[in-house]
Amino acid sequence: MMRGLWTLTWLELKIFVREPLGVIGTVAVPVAIFAVLGRMLGPAAGSDSRGAPRFASMDLPIFVSLLMVLSALLSLVTIITIYRESGILKRLRATPLRSYTILTAHVLVKLLFTAVTLGLMVMAGRRYYPVAPDVPLLSFTTALLFSTVCILAMGFLIASLVPTARFAQPIASLIVYPMLGISGLFVPVESLPPMLHAAARALPLTYAVSLLRGVWHGAGWSAHLGDVAVLAAMFLAFTGLSARVFRWE
Amino acid sequence: MPHAPVIHVSSIRKTYGTTIAVDDVSFEVEAGEIFGLIGPNGAGKTTTMECIEGLRAPDRGAISVLGLDPARDVYALQERIGVQLQEAQLQKRIKVREAVDLWASLYRRPLDGDRLIEQLGLGDKRNAWFMTLSGGQKQRLFIALALANDPELVFLDELTTGLDPQARRAIWDLVRGIRLRGKTVFLTTHLMEEAERLCDRVAIIDHGRIVDIGAPAELVHRHCPERTVIVETKDETAPERFRALPHVHSVSDEGGRLTIRGQGTDLVTEAIQCLAEHRIRVIGFRTEIPTLEDVFLRLTGHTIRD
Repeated sequence: MMRGLWTLTWLELKIFVREPLGVIGTVAVPVAIFAVLGRMLGPAAGSDSRGAPRFASMDLPIFVSLLMVLSALLSLVTIITIYRESGILKRLRATPLRSYTILTAHVLVKLLFTAVTLGLMVMAGRRYYPVAPDVPLLSFTTALLFSTVCILAMGFLIASLVPTARFAQPIASLIVYPMLGISGLFVPVESLPPMLHAAARALPLTYAVSLLRGVWHGAGWSAHLGDVAVLAAMFLAFTGLSARVFRWE
Repeated sequence: MPHAPVIHVSSIRKTYGTTIAVDDVSFEVEAGEIFGLIGPNGAGKTTTMECIEGLRAPDRGAISVLGLDPARDVYALQERIGVQLQEAQLQKRIKVREAVDLWASLYRRPLDGDRLIEQLGLGDKRNAWFMTLSGGQKQRLFIALALANDPELVFLDELTTGLDPQARRAIWDLVRGIRLRGKTVFLTTHLMEEAERLCDRVAIIDHGRIVDIGAPAELVHRHCPERTVIVETKDETAPERFRALPHVHSVSDEGGRLTIRGQGTDLVTEAIQCLAEHRIRVIGFRTEIPTLEDVFLRLTGHTIRD
């Protein structure tokens, strides 16, 4: 049913790695941010970090995870728009490759890089931001990948709205960074002004933050079934909507 | 059993908004021929081709390709056709070898990728990234991809646009090679020379409508029967001798440079025989025979480059 999926995924993975800047941005930047901020403000920094914002001291792993998700989103939107503009998508669709196979291959590449980056982050931060033994890493990885899939589905919708590849980065950033700002990571969603509060409730990142934070700090999945349900519903909505409005050429 | 055409297009129409891209287009393509759809940019060539390939659906009309309806059976059709798209690209950093292998992996009965790369003269570019290939090499790769599934029918859309004459000739040889393997080729071009040299039959399309269909020579014969012979000679009796020939309409003399105009395929033979018979000494001799370019101009009232 998904003929060519593994071949294409493996190929796109190799092609992605051939562009050093992309890999640095995707992998090295989040890991470096984690190490540097962790050193300055993490639990091991002791009393110096008192007064540091909560997102940097307590929620640094969540913050860096979100950076990974959003960089995957921006990268996906850019790749899709470039592929569309230069006719690559059209060329691939004129083969037995199905449209969803092409998009799935890109999502898989992003998920793989997210998982690798997370692993490197945990290892690189060992000295300054030791991950407590009670942090359920496997659960957290699952939660992160799950959130990434939902948010990447949003990327397909954004890619449909962006007119040309040149606008992909600015337009996607215009959506991504405000979404990060009101996601509840920096300021509790409840204390936002009503308009922003409503916007935050309508965006997937808010639920991703709640889920990731909960899982990292030891709350079980059962405490966050609501977040999981909303993210899953949004995934279905984004995918369904993209399937209708997505432009291949 | 009656011989069924490979492609049968009947009265298709396709509009984009208020623009009519293709209007009441009908033609048939026979097995084993190179069939060209020729016309200027924007005439509806690519739209017509993409409807036949199943990439677009016509608003009206019927298409049958290898007995299949491309709008309904596009996936079954894709196994049996090879496609090269106009202005297509691949991933910048995909290797030639990887692209051919990917394509081969997508079909049930693929050709051997290595042999295909060799046959298209890309052997030493096997590990080169797509972005480093020249225009001609990219087009050869796209031909390789179009042949990866050993298709019965190959579509080539503006294959040599933007290539230098040498690369263009090399591509023409490859296309003739495809036909030699018993495949049918459907191509579009706005280059009349390409159509004339490559195609067994052409359909001329302008503003979304088919103007005429036939073998290039037949179209020239039908629409532009006039011939011109230009002779340079010092023999002063020559103009009179030429005027006496049955197919000659006019002879003009500009200081020994005679322009002999007439009609019909016999004109050139008559002129040569006349020279021999009257032992006229000739300094220069050439003929001007109309081409598809002239046919296009005559049929549409504008040149193909307008």
